Amino acid sequence: MSGPKFTEVMKKDYTILIPDMTTIHFKFLAHIFRSYGYNVEILYNQGQEVVDEGLKYVHNDTCYPALLCIGQMMDALHSGKYDVHKTALLLSQTGGGCRASNYVCLLRKALDKAGFDFVPVLSLNFAGLDENAVPFTIPMVIKAMMAVIYGDTLMLLRNQVIPYEVEKGAADRLTEEWTARLLSNFRSTQLLSRRTLRRNLNAIAADFAKIPVRDEQRVKVGVVGEIYVKYAALGNNNLEQFLYEQGCETMVPGLYDFIMYTMQNSLEDDALYGNSKWKHFLHVQIVKFLNGIRNEMRKAAMDHGFTAPSEFSHLLDLAASVIGRGCKMGEGWLLSGEMMELAELGYANIITVQPFGCLPNHIVAKGMARTVKEKCPQANIVAIDYDPGATRVNQENRIKLMLSIARENLKQQEQEPALV
Amino acid sequence: MNKEIRVGLDIGSTTLKAVALDDTGALLYEKYERHYSMITEKAAAMLRDIAATIGTGDVRFAISGSAGMGLAERLGLAFQQEVYATRQAVESVLGDVDTVIELGGEDAKILFLTNNGRKDLEVRMNGSCAGGTGAFIDQMATLLNVTPDELNDLAAHYEKLYSVASRCGVFAKSDIQPLLNQGAKKEDVAASILAAVVNQTIAGLAQGRQIAGRVVYLGGPLTFLPELRSSFDRILGLTGICPDHSLYFVARGAAELADSRVNLEELAKTLDAAVAGNDYKSCKPLFANEEEYQEFKTRHDADRVETVEDPGYSGKAYLGVDAGSTTVKAVLMREDEQILYTSYLPNGGNPVPLVKDFLETVYRKFPNMTIAGAASTGYGEDMVRSAFCFDTSLVETMAHFAAAKKFQPDVDFIIDIGGQDIKCFQIRNGVIDNIFLNEACSSGCGSFLQTFAGALGYSIADFAQRGIYADNPVDLGSRCTVFMNSSVKQAQKDGASIENISAGLSVSVVKNAIYKVIRAANGDALGKHIVVQGGTFLNDAVLRAFEQEIGRNVTRPNIAGLMGAYGAALYAKRKATGGKSTVLNVEGLAKFTHQVRNITCNGCENHCSLTINTFDGGRRFIGGNRCEKPTAKKGNAVQMSLYDYKRQLLAGYTAQPGRRGKLGIPMGLNFFELLPFFHTFFTKLGFEVIQSPVSSRSLYQLGQNTISSDTACYPAKLMHGHIQSLIDSGVETIFYPCLTYNMDEGKGTNHYNCPVVAYYPEVIRVNMPDVRKIRFLSDYLCIHDKKQFLKRIAACLHPHWPDITKRELQQAAEAAYGEYHAYLDKVHRKGEEYLRLAKEKGLPVIILAGRPYHLDPEVNHGIDQLIGELGAVVISEDAIAWKEEKFPVNVLNQWTYHTRLYAAAKFVAESHDPKLNLVQMVSFGCGLDAITTDEVRSILERGGKIYTQIKIDEITNLGAVRIRLRSLFSALNDQGGAQ
Repeated sequence: MSGPKFTEVMKKDYTILIPDMTTIHFKFLAHIFRSYGYNVEILYNQGQEVVDEGLKYVHNDTCYPALLCIGQMMDALHSGKYDVHKTALLLSQTGGGCRASNYVCLLRKALDKAGFDFVPVLSLNFAGLDENAVPFTIPMVIKAMMAVIYGDTLMLLRNQVIPYEVEKGAADRLTEEWTARLLSNFRSTQLLSRRTLRRNLNAIAADFAKIPVRDEQRVKVGVVGEIYVKYAALGNNNLEQFLYEQGCETMVPGLYDFIMYTMQNSLEDDALYGNSKWKHFLHVQIVKFLNGIRNEMRKAAMDHGFTAPSEFSHLLDLAASVIGRGCKMGEGWLLSGEMMELAELGYANIITVQPFGCLPNHIVAKGMARTVKEKCPQANIVAIDYDPGATRVNQENRIKLMLSIARENLKQQEQEPALV
Repeated sequence: MNKEIRVGLDIGSTTLKAVALDDTGALLYEKYERHYSMITEKAAAMLRDIAATIGTGDVRFAISGSAGMGLAERLGLAFQQEVYATRQAVESVLGDVDTVIELGGEDAKILFLTNNGRKDLEVRMNGSCAGGTGAFIDQMATLLNVTPDELNDLAAHYEKLYSVASRCGVFAKSDIQPLLNQGAKKEDVAASILAAVVNQTIAGLAQGRQIAGRVVYLGGPLTFLPELRSSFDRILGLTGICPDHSLYFVARGAAELADSRVNLEELAKTLDAAVAGNDYKSCKPLFANEEEYQEFKTRHDADRVETVEDPGYSGKAYLGVDAGSTTVKAVLMREDEQILYTSYLPNGGNPVPLVKDFLETVYRKFPNMTIAGAASTGYGEDMVRSAFCFDTSLVETMAHFAAAKKFQPDVDFIIDIGGQDIKCFQIRNGVIDNIFLNEACSSGCGSFLQTFAGALGYSIADFAQRGIYADNPVDLGSRCTVFMNSSVKQAQKDGASIENISAGLSVSVVKNAIYKVIRAANGDALGKHIVVQGGTFLNDAVLRAFEQEIGRNVTRPNIAGLMGAYGAALYAKRKATGGKSTVLNVEGLAKFTHQVRNITCNGCENHCSLTINTFDGGRRFIGGNRCEKPTAKKGNAVQMSLYDYKRQLLAGYTAQPGRRGKLGIPMGLNFFELLPFFHTFFTKLGFEVIQSPVSSRSLYQLGQNTISSDTACYPAKLMHGHIQSLIDSGVETIFYPCLTYNMDEGKGTNHYNCPVVAYYPEVIRVNMPDVRKIRFLSDYLCIHDKKQFLKRIAACLHPHWPDITKRELQQAAEAAYGEYHAYLDKVHRKGEEYLRLAKEKGLPVIILAGRPYHLDPEVNHGIDQLIGELGAVVISEDAIAWKEEKFPVNVLNQWTYHTRLYAAAKFVAESHDPKLNLVQMVSFGCGLDAITTDEVRSILERGGKIYTQIKIDEITNLGAVRIRLRSLFSALNDQGGAQ
């Protein structure tokens, strides 16, 4: 990739723009970046202008997330809010076999097309893909992992409380409180400590458990899908809010599991394509370490009566019961596994979301829906595609059908109490 | 307790239905009417009518239907999702039903109510990409110039079926129009359209599930069109029921589920009060005021060619006929290039009588003139030329260019929006440099506006004119018709007026052309001297929207709708030799006869449906053929095609009896390149390696009911047919491995397969029930590393054949890698040979670039042959890509097959050989090609080359492709001339 490099000197007076995805997590991540001297700003701009900018500068058949992220950035650059000669942009890049790996290149092309060829682009990747990759240190990576686990925990607990809270807004308020508290702590190296993590997670879970809730049955919905559309309200027409208004409890599997998935793939690769014993050992250790952190979240949640994600090894088994674990493009086996996991955890009403024409999801989402249903007869799955032309009416109508069936199933369950 | 009455109101995309039931479920009221998007008014009237009929206003009430959701939300009324309501009604009225097929105005649904005899609801609705609905049938009926009912009646008398793509209106039209133009019988076309709807429903919706058992048909199209029902019956091999009240099941279900209490009179009042708000997304009005409009009119009135109908004209005249896809345009031009007479008529499917009429008229009106030249252009150019003995014909793009130059000598960009297509050309140094045609998924043509106008009850001219005065046009975005339909629906729901919808549609036509077809970042990218033409631009609203969007004034000739014909006349004048034209004279016309016969060509495995048009004096025109074989026209066809060569090589890998039994290989996707490898490997191991049969439409249909994602690419979907046919042939083992990585050719940063190629075996494994009856080997393998390959393949085979030794595997792998490289080597050498021969003979060369599986004739639809017939040598991308070293590109270059595209483009770009060009084939739905096409284009353009892209899917008609390729060759000839 050509284009101007982001140099150490630029850290001083350049603003780095990052499109939002999972709001809570990105706040933490931005904070970490800042503590390392990067002056970052998360973009929250939305609306038709963003889509229009995307349509203008990105091939329209490219996936919707690319169109939106690049649209947000172009919109920001054109807004006059930033000194374009003192602005850089940051996007992530996985280097997988999915076309999403190309976002950085597409952004570069868009910049050249718009006459912003002097704007540097930073690539956030661990695959050594781009000369403009953000330089990482190990403590920075670990802090980022912690940020993600905190974000996931807050998201998990908030989602389980919010539909039942007696006082409207309590869960949101608590989420914000904890976000602020954690942010003020991120600078400290204490964050690298497992003990601090355990203590914090416990305190968070305890606080959420204290929020008064009503005892009632709600339709439980799980959301899986392409990572951006799954999390970003801009990408999914504010799906979480819609589900909340429909009276559902929503479970959105965490971002941390995606990280686990990419690391687990190194293990799978070692087996499929060979690797040195030493490197394999390293991979095993990394997965172990990450899993340890994940287990802290599970324990904290379960200790306070919340539903936690499955043990990672169990998630792996669930995935393997439907699809090969060599399937590693996009969300790969993780997505298929999450469908099984959600069904097992009681979130059998599943929405798989993807950009229109998403290649991996032809396989891992739509392709596997049938077999998931065979294995979990209670699964009630709907696939929703997102793109600039798809209207909300159609999407919501399809979701409403899924919810009608979900409500009927719930009613039946209530009538014939579980035998267990 | 009072007897409670339940009322259900179903507001669909085009119609309004209501049902009232008493407490025993007996029917008290039912009514059906079109709402013409005046939803609140019509609904209020209907509610009052119900109250009056049943004698009370106090009822339990629910709304349903796709257009009902928004209204229910806005007014806080109880909503029942329509599919759910349907199931409710089906169960209560009909009892045990297995499958419901329901087609509506804009939706198509299949409800599976049982699964293996167990009650289990599964619903398939049409997704974002939807043809095969009522709107689609309406559109097709319009194309045939009949009503949907007449279409049904026609279909009852069919004799043969043509294959028509129904996924998208644009596709279907490009299949149907040429059929009509070539004289196919309307009865057959009508039946083919209905069959296409059925196939679309099955392929797109049934996905992995068999439609069987007790089947019920519901919804408007299936109620009103008995032939559609018989089509379903025929193709599904069963007899479905269309129950009484089949239009009212949604409304009935909503009534049965209704539980909120309302008073109908009050509700009607609420609806009255729900005055359409103005809270939709909007864009700038077209004109700020009347003066602006007048200035605009005056400016455009200046671009004219006069038509002077002078009966006494006694000089030479030139005839140009543009037999377009929906209309026939004809121009009779004087020597001084003024116009004598014109005609612009819908062709009703057959241009022949119209051209005959025109000729008779001009001979009568201008008895003293002499026709000195006649040229035809457009879809029907060949037919018109042979029917009436025209002197010459030319590809329509060139005709438009000729005409545009007349109005704007410096023209550097032409955009023509016609009835069915958008054509744009960029002109550089006086030659056509770049051509854009609307592809599979772009709408926004004239017929699109017309369809909307018709649906809303207006004539096109009246409808478009209303947009001029819109104060707040709806912003509808820029995508396909189906999307647009729902956007319009939403806008109507949000209270947009007809004026604002009309203006919004005009804007969206323009946006679609600019951002989707041309994909320009801004107006400046188009050009400085732009000529707009085509009938659609005669609408001032569209013209204004275009100027606004690109921020520049453009030239619109007063004969915008006749430019093709006018250009053809100019061309006829240029080609005229000075004598009289060969066109039929008055006597010739008097003897004129035209007969049409349909036959199936057995010249090759394509078995094309041919329409043979015979004219008096034995002149014949044959349409429908994919190749020149049946027309026995030798022409300048070139027989050097690497596609043929590669197919021959692959066909040479025949089955050899072996001690370990049969092993089937599905010939699709990556096996088009890996066959030499795996065939050799397994043959060496003692397997009898069976290739699945050559792809065909019927092979595709064999597996289509197991397709799990209807938006996947056609090559992937074909895999289901290959697997099924292998199973049906009795093969007990099928080998179809998952391959994340392809061979590493060292030219990119990685060597992936695309996600679909890599993991499609997983989709086959879990979605094809019959796969469970055989041994299906879909293990994850690794072929880029021989050592690792041996490990993985051993793990894959040993559980089934424990006796295979390590040594055997090793030897087989050696042979396999050897054969794979030998195969590539043959391809490379043949490529070299053809390049050399082409140079020696001075022949043009087309690098037909795609993926290895584009070799499949069912995938490429004979494009390789077509290019050969146009006189060029055809070479595949893999045959030259190896010649390039690794080089930097502006995209992440990490897929083996795609890397070859960039290398091939670079080879062409740097050849400095005007006779060497590249055409890229892109499968519809290929996500990666959204990336490769832009990059291939920019590599080519850096070398001053024309980029040509051809989108392919299930379409079988090559009409549009032919235009595209002919334009390319014309442009190349012009370029050659200019150099």
